[in-house]
Amino acid sequence: MRVAGKGLIDRTQEVKFRFDDTLYRGFEGDTLASALLANDVRLVARSFKYHRPRGILTAGSEEPNALVTVGSGAATDPNVRATVQEIYSGLEARSQNAWPSVAWDAMAINDLAAPFLGAGFYYKTFMWPRAFWEKLYEPVIRRAAGLGAVGPVKDADHYEKAYAFCDLLVIGAGPAGLMAALVAARSGAEVILADEDARMGGRLNAETLRVDGQNGSDWAASVIAELDAMDNVRLMSRTTVTGAYDGGTYGALERVSHHCDIPYGGVKETFWRIVAGRSVLAAGAIERHIAFRNNDRPGIMAASAVRAYLNRWGVSPGKAVTVFANNDDAHRTAADLVEAGVHVAAVIDSRIDAVAQGDYRLIAGATVTGSGGRKGLESISIATQSGSEKIMTDCLGVSGGWNPTVHMTCHMNGRPTWSEDIASFVPTPGSVSGMHVAGACNGVFSTAGCLAAGADAARVALREMKMSVADVDLPEADDSAYAISPLWAVPGKGRAWLDFQNDVTVKDVKQAAQENFASVEHMKRYTTQGMATDQGKNSNVAALAVLADATGRGIPETGTTTFRPPFTPVALAALGAGAQAKGFAPERKTTSHAATIAADAPMIEAGLWYRPSYFPIAGETNWRQSCDREIGYVRNTVGVCDVSTLGKIDIQGPDAAKLLDFVYTNMFSTLKVGRVRYGLMLREDGCVMDDGTTARLGENHYVMTTTTAAAGQVMRHLEFVTQALHPEWDARIMSVTEQWAQFAVAGPEARDLLNGLLDAPIDNEDWPFMACGEVGVQGIKGRLFRISFSGEHAYELAVPSRYGDALFHLLRARAEAIGGGPYGMEALNVLRIEKGFITHAEIDGRVNAHDIGMARMLSPKKDFIGKTMAARPGLTEEGRGQLVGMKPVGTVKQLTAGAHIYTDGAEPVRANDEGYVTSVGFSPTLGHFVGLGFIRDGLARHGEVLQMVDHLRGVATQVEICDPVFFDPEGGRTRG
Amino acid sequence: MRLQCPICGARDVREFYYQGAAVMLERPDPDAGEAAWDDYLHLRDNPAGEHAELWSHDAGCGAWLKVRRNTATHEVYSAVLTREVKR
Repeated sequence: MRVAGKGLIDRTQEVKFRFDDTLYRGFEGDTLASALLANDVRLVARSFKYHRPRGILTAGSEEPNALVTVGSGAATDPNVRATVQEIYSGLEARSQNAWPSVAWDAMAINDLAAPFLGAGFYYKTFMWPRAFWEKLYEPVIRRAAGLGAVGPVKDADHYEKAYAFCDLLVIGAGPAGLMAALVAARSGAEVILADEDARMGGRLNAETLRVDGQNGSDWAASVIAELDAMDNVRLMSRTTVTGAYDGGTYGALERVSHHCDIPYGGVKETFWRIVAGRSVLAAGAIERHIAFRNNDRPGIMAASAVRAYLNRWGVSPGKAVTVFANNDDAHRTAADLVEAGVHVAAVIDSRIDAVAQGDYRLIAGATVTGSGGRKGLESISIATQSGSEKIMTDCLGVSGGWNPTVHMTCHMNGRPTWSEDIASFVPTPGSVSGMHVAGACNGVFSTAGCLAAGADAARVALREMKMSVADVDLPEADDSAYAISPLWAVPGKGRAWLDFQNDVTVKDVKQAAQENFASVEHMKRYTTQGMATDQGKNSNVAALAVLADATGRGIPETGTTTFRPPFTPVALAALGAGAQAKGFAPERKTTSHAATIAADAPMIEAGLWYRPSYFPIAGETNWRQSCDREIGYVRNTVGVCDVSTLGKIDIQGPDAAKLLDFVYTNMFSTLKVGRVRYGLMLREDGCVMDDGTTARLGENHYVMTTTTAAAGQVMRHLEFVTQALHPEWDARIMSVTEQWAQFAVAGPEARDLLNGLLDAPIDNEDWPFMACGEVGVQGIKGRLFRISFSGEHAYELAVPSRYGDALFHLLRARAEAIGGGPYGMEALNVLRIEKGFITHAEIDGRVNAHDIGMARMLSPKKDFIGKTMAARPGLTEEGRGQLVGMKPVGTVKQLTAGAHIYTDGAEPVRANDEGYVTSVGFSPTLGHFVGLGFIRDGLARHGEVLQMVDHLRGVATQVEICDPVFFDPEGGRTRG
Repeated sequence: MRLQCPICGARDVREFYYQGAAVMLERPDPDAGEAAWDDYLHLRDNPAGEHAELWSHDAGCGAWLKVRRNTATHEVYSAVLTREVKR
């Protein structure tokens, strides 16, 4: 029910929303939880295992019970905590884990079977028969258990990732965090203040405490306003810092649009990586429960949450409230309720010496032993010094004390330290490099203490960064001591709940200890305590206290389980933002891209590049027709192909030749200016890294080409050689791949095409095979290389990229005028297989120069990368696969790449393997399939007939092994 | 993890390519013998602690760095250009 005159909500702004198809009204500033409590909705969920009725327990992100599903269809968001979901007009939320409804849940039958479903039930029961697990047990259990379901269709919402940098990151905007941010901001540091709440201020918004002579929430608002006006401060509300990582890096989830209808094109969540020079952790503390019989009934809540709903949202969760506590702090709940005019039936304090802090009935030295009520709390039973009593109440606030939120300090292998003073764990100093801990999360619970600690932490951090520190006065605030006497579980019969979300009782933990799952990590996995979405925030400390008791060890000896990021659940969609579909992967396009698309050529991806498969023309119904035609251009007239994607590396300097001699197996210092040479490059282990041609444009100037696939690797390799192995060499390297557009012009009429296009005509004498040099192209300075990847009379013509599109149009038009045209990757591939030229299909990282028949390219006159290791016996001995050509000679006339080769008649199994096929294509020139591959000792086996079997595609035939050069073995066409 | 590139400043580790142990800087002579080459190419320590290694600032300036780093804590002690190390 609403309480007049209380709360930070805007009562002039009514908000309508739906929960389980019922229309409710709340106010601007309400969370779903506060609005439901205001409407007296107490039963909001069913528990995970026993489907017990559950209500709202907390007022924060630690909420274990009130998980709901928001939205529907492609915008379905399951497992949303009602305590952090702000309401907005049109919000639709549904309860989950209940059928047919949360009030009448068929699976609640599990609760009656509870005696059989205790800890370890699954491990003991579903053991046999073995095959039943996958087929029967697991599917049934999965349907019965589980939380909300993801939507039936793909998530349509947008998520983003973002990066931020600052001097000081302040995590949490309660009194400690606000003071830390204020000191750092006034000192001129770049500050990011992040808080998971929509409204900053932390507990100051949930208490009636005064700071600096005003309401705590007003003081917080004034500090936030000051910070907001400063250019060096970034306030990030609705942002949970989820993890601490190396080097001052923090993950954070910003809930951008959960509190409103997402505007068109808007973002739902942003995952931030924040890099901070220092951080101040001011994450506060979480109130813990006390276990007693049936302590999970809707209406039983954290005492601090009852107070928060009253003070921040103007809601009393009950009409006759009781409080059960073992510490002074919880008495504030009763005092605030009385002050607001809500009836407080009693405060039950386990401490005999407890003192009332207001006008309410205090029962000291008593405990709550049980609760009654059907779907919500109606009464509690208590054991007093003199006997027992039953008290009618519809809301019980429970406080077992506060646990500092130490999580972030443990994300890098830190372990918290037990503090007897507060009966809880506190961070171990220095757990995260560069992080200072302040306030309640460090075990300091008074407001004045938190304010001072926050200011101190900021000062220390600033000094460590050698920054100046501004004088900031500490405001006056409450400084009362935190008096507590530990109480974890009230002894007695029945089920007393520890982990509300995973239905773990005190008895389950004791049973785990009894069955020797006595280590805290074993107990956790055996009982599933702490393994739900709240990750034990509400139950871990109490559970390990019970375990410590059951095993006779102390709590410090028992220790904690491991705290891992994220602090609260993060949607995979947010972590993977930008990576859906193609994501942020760059697309590299050649200068002929637009013309190629305009020609309806289908594109294939080559790394990040896009290259045409083939250029279809009217009347062609499949790619083979186009491919065969394009091969005809090159073999009979002339074809044009964009080869700009090959890596081009400019190498200059007096030691350029020395560098090339070192990275290639063959000699380049002897190459004449104006000539090109094919080079083979090895890795240091003797296997082939890459191949390509390198042209000598001047005495100290070379241009190397690499394959498209290995361009990056080769560039990095050259950088390594020049920076790490021989920095004394005077040679500079530079990738110029994107600076030059380069086109192959191949075919018997290639020279005719070029003459008339170039400013000066060329002939065979001045431009023999493997010549290179500068040429004028329509007045533009270009480069011409007489090289061939097709075995035909061919050139590659390069111009600065900005002329690439124009040149492609010119080349294409001139080719078409003499019966040729553009060709794509399919034709290029067949042309090179016909000539036995290798690509990375052959040089796959496992083959060496001997294997591909290039042993003669290993120069004996010099040292080069890979030379020593290439001479290892294992790389040269008999029995290795050697490059061969293959043609089909069986009834099936097809070859497939990836097929394996076996001796004819042998069973096609691994033991009889003779080799494999790497590349195939149909040669229209020869009229049959041609293939390349590696066959054991293949060089000596030309003429043999073997069987080819492709187990994957179900293709089998006979192949004849032959020389890899199928076409024009003398090379006369290339030189013509 | 962040690395201090001497040219670009502190950058996220994702800008860098990891090569492996800095042993690769000490390439043996061609005739140094099998053991030396085996050591250079294949044998690596696997310390839980300080480790000298090579990183390339691929998504930045392209510099090769020799980095001294604690493999257990990811603390970075130093990052220098291999060009400087070899001189």
